[in-house]
Amino acid sequence: MPVVMDADRIGRTLTRIAHEILERNRGIDDLALVGVRTRGDHLARRLARGLREIAGTDVPTGALDITLYRDDLMRHAVGPQPLVRRTEISFSIDERKILLVDDVLYTGRTTRAALDALIDFGRPRSIQLIVLVDRGHRELPIKADYVGKNLPTSLEQSVQVYLQESDGRDEVVLQQGGAA
Amino acid sequence: MSAPVTMRVEEAPPLTALRRKDLLGIADLTPEEISLVLDTAEAMKEVGERPIKKVPALRGKTVVNLFFEPSTRTRTSFEIAEKRLSADTLNIAVASSSVVKGESLADTALNLEAMHPDMIVLRHSSSGACHLLSRICRSAIINAGDGMHEHPTQALLDAFTIRERKKRLAGLKVAIIGDLLHSRVLRSNIHLLTKMGSDVWVCGPPTLIPADIARFGVRATSSVDEAVTGADVVMLLRIQLERMEGAFFPSLREYFNVFGMTDARLRRAARDVIIMHPGPMNRGVEIASEVADGPYSVILDQVANGVAVRMAVLYLLSGGAGDEAAA
Repeated sequence: MPVVMDADRIGRTLTRIAHEILERNRGIDDLALVGVRTRGDHLARRLARGLREIAGTDVPTGALDITLYRDDLMRHAVGPQPLVRRTEISFSIDERKILLVDDVLYTGRTTRAALDALIDFGRPRSIQLIVLVDRGHRELPIKADYVGKNLPTSLEQSVQVYLQESDGRDEVVLQQGGAA
Repeated sequence: MSAPVTMRVEEAPPLTALRRKDLLGIADLTPEEISLVLDTAEAMKEVGERPIKKVPALRGKTVVNLFFEPSTRTRTSFEIAEKRLSADTLNIAVASSSVVKGESLADTALNLEAMHPDMIVLRHSSSGACHLLSRICRSAIINAGDGMHEHPTQALLDAFTIRERKKRLAGLKVAIIGDLLHSRVLRSNIHLLTKMGSDVWVCGPPTLIPADIARFGVRATSSVDEAVTGADVVMLLRIQLERMEGAFFPSLREYFNVFGMTDARLRRAARDVIIMHPGPMNRGVEIASEVADGPYSVILDQVANGVAVRMAVLYLLSGGAGDEAAA
């Protein structure tokens, strides 16, 4: 199980992305972070802390659960439904520049679902995509605006992101024979 | 993305899916399944607070609301829940159906089945009607109240409302007062609350207390004061005049005088008591208006939470039992 990112590397990567956000958006005005559950929301909160350290202002931060928007939800004739978690977006996304945060970008289907879900909350001025790892193999025309690490993978492999908040450690691991 | 699964050997992992075809009653549910429905309902409640109160989860699914008894609240609640999940809904009420022409419940259901609905929400005056449909229908059956048997979604929304206010169910004293004999809400609530570890007291006129009630792990009394003392939750049940054949108590006025919930009676309850009623209320019979509209009342929260809980049930059942071959 090769570790492709350790805790230091993840920390430095998020700091770099925070700087890129400020550079690209020329400041912090009208920005808001929305993390895709269950690990994108932790990353979004870390980026919010990073942005506050650099720019001295708080960026509104929310969490989005995309389960009810999944494109495979009703495709299987019989099978238990995936667990739904709470979406928490306590601010209006209208006219904001939304920074959508996910841990791994793979087929793009999660991002597609997240875009649909966000649009139901309002009409943001723009949506930018931040991912910690881009592992390739896109099935939809989706591209990240900020990438922590480009990681070439085969379809048989799986990428697992472990974060302190949910898993007790910070690590990105490339596994052979994907369990998922 | 795929989530890493961490499993500890000594304890079972938390339940993530309801592997059932139907929801017929609370009696067959485990505490873990009940918790899963309540947790899912929390996520569903947030959907109802959005500007666009609709998610595509049940797109393309057809749900039939088959109501053989009058109901406004439950039917409307199911219909809103179905629409918020993007299901196609069809309402069949008894007065407009072939039932008045003499068709049996089974025939009605089989005819509906021929049109391939995915779920049937059934309200019927006979206990066990849902079990009958569950055996003959491929569609998922959701019990919206069957006779004097069960009303599972009501008990789930009651539990959701209690948990929302009290943050727990275990260890709470819950006093349920009213017509215990004819109440399916009572039966479902007793199953649910005792499974979740609440201390359940039931109270009503001796003529309206079922003889074997103690078998369900509750304490029965005809003293309202005893039931209410220290109670965290006081739930009033409707006096169901339409189900009463015979004289169970002398008059509605006397019932109110002895059992009706008033501010004075409530003083014995816990200071943060909540007052619940499944509706429709008979004001001045089982509950005084001062209590129904008072600061401790969560009666309208129950109605609001009903939609979220029914969305959770519809969503969780839409996956099916999980162990069948693909249909």
